[in-house]
Amino acid sequence: MIEVVDLSKSFDDKPVLSHISTIFDKEKVNLVIGQSGSGKTVLIKSIVGLHKIDSGDILFDGRSFVNMSDDDRKNIRKEIGMLFQGSALFDYMTVEENVRFPLDMFSKMTLGEKLDRVNYCLKQVKLENANKKYPSELSGGMQKRVAIARAISLNPKYLICDEPNSGLDPKTSIVIDELIFEITKEFEITTIINTHDMNSVMEIGEKIVFIHEGVKQWEGNRNQIFNTDNKELNDFVFASDLFKKIRKTQRYI
Amino acid sequence: MTFFFHLGRYSAFVCKVFKKPDKHSIFFRQLSLEVENLGLNSFGIVALISVFMGAVITLQTAYNLEMPIIPKYTIGLAARDSILLEFSSTMVSLILAGKVGSNIASEIGTMRVTEQIDALEIMGVNSPGYLVLPKLCATVLIFPLLVIVSMGIGIFGGWAAGVITGEVNSADYIYGIQYSFKPFYVVYSLIKSVVFAFIISTVSAYYGYYTSGGALEVGRSSTKAVVISSIQILVFNLILTQILLT
Ligand SMILES: Nc1ncnc2c1ncn2[C@@H]1O[C@H](COP(=O)(O)OP(=O)(O)OP(=O)(O)O)[C@@H](O)[C@H]1O
Ligand SMILES: [Mg+2]
Repeated sequence: MIEVVDLSKSFDDKPVLSHISTIFDKEKVNLVIGQSGSGKTVLIKSIVGLHKIDSGDILFDGRSFVNMSDDDRKNIRKEIGMLFQGSALFDYMTVEENVRFPLDMFSKMTLGEKLDRVNYCLKQVKLENANKKYPSELSGGMQKRVAIARAISLNPKYLICDEPNSGLDPKTSIVIDELIFEITKEFEITTIINTHDMNSVMEIGEKIVFIHEGVKQWEGNRNQIFNTDNKELNDFVFASDLFKKIRKTQRYI
Repeated sequence: MTFFFHLGRYSAFVCKVFKKPDKHSIFFRQLSLEVENLGLNSFGIVALISVFMGAVITLQTAYNLEMPIIPKYTIGLAARDSILLEFSSTMVSLILAGKVGSNIASEIGTMRVTEQIDALEIMGVNSPGYLVLPKLCATVLIFPLLVIVSMGIGIFGGWAAGVITGEVNSADYIYGIQYSFKPFYVVYSLIKSVVFAFIISTVSAYYGYYTSGGALEVGRSSTKAVVISSIQILVFNLILTQILLT
């Protein structure tokens, strides 16, 4: 469980996030949705400490991330797997080396154990026989999957994904969504996903936090989203005619 | 103001670089890669520059000393001292600031803008240490070696130029380069090369590490890295000369 308490963040006096409080539950896929530029990336980068926050606190299962020594913070980070908007694979390493990297760095496994773990993770993301390829030789969707494999290689307690579907076709998007969903359930991970993909919201949105211009406007689950009266959320979710029609059939049932 | 901002941030950055590596085996693996990438791959250009530099210095000295009373071996002597004192360390370092500095800055800058550095940090890796310490150690180990090679090739270039043009004959030149030889000049150059290696690797890494934006900014950081480390080399050259030779 990750708790965000009254988090505010600004860049050079320009407020990007103001007074955000919410709870991301364990063993659930928690979605953060919002328009481009609303502050989703800044929020999750603040949660993991890549941005220094102005005020507020972040609790990883009750452990305050803000009032913590650097060493303790490093240890918590080893429990976090993160998927970046652009995959962020190490481009001078092969797929296998990328997935192995956290193990090389922080585990005491033997080489054989590491390779087994790498192959297991790659199997989880349904990417076998690509071990010796370099990231530049893979498609965007495959890179995302390698990045997921790398993120889960150390058995993280927390999995944080920044737009896992950006730049992917709808079919591959669903594959990635389901993958993250399965992994979350299987390993009891606290997962946070940033997205503006309404498909993901409908498919895997167990808990949804809606951010608009840096303010939390709404939170709930995928069923409640059809019945909300929040104007900004409605404008965002039901921007397309298709979803307007879906709402008509879904509302108040 | 910006000067002090950069100085402060640079110092903090260098402190992080010197934190104990997370895993020594990985450090040594990276180090051997960097020795090859930053050091051994520079031998060619260093040799090329040195041979021409030595030749030009010798010929210029020869044309300037066209007086019968000055013995010919002075040409060898003067060329040797210029090469040992100044050219091999400073010139070679300036060239390497261009080659190695832009390489380091653009590599680290690209990792920054593609979030690879964030990915390292998130895993709990000390990214300045992981990325920069191997490069720093590699350059500090290899630069003195490159300077020694440059000295040898430079002096050889001078000999070749002198003999081919007939400005100074082989025996005079060889007598000249041995005449009142001060080994400290070599030590002095090696000390300088170590300092310059430190400057080039840390300053370039610093500009790469604090890149923000995209490909355009990576290019800008890499230019800045080369310009700033070249200026630092010139400034520290002056300071070290004052300290070591007076
Ligand atoms: N490092 C930074 N320095 C200054 N401003 C920033 C920085 N990072 C983000 N911002 C600003 O914060 C705001 C929110 O950006 P953010 O990247 O969080 O948006 P987002 O919701 O992730 O959008 P997208 O869906 O397009 O990824 C933007 O206005 C952006 O300009
Ligand atoms: Mg974003």
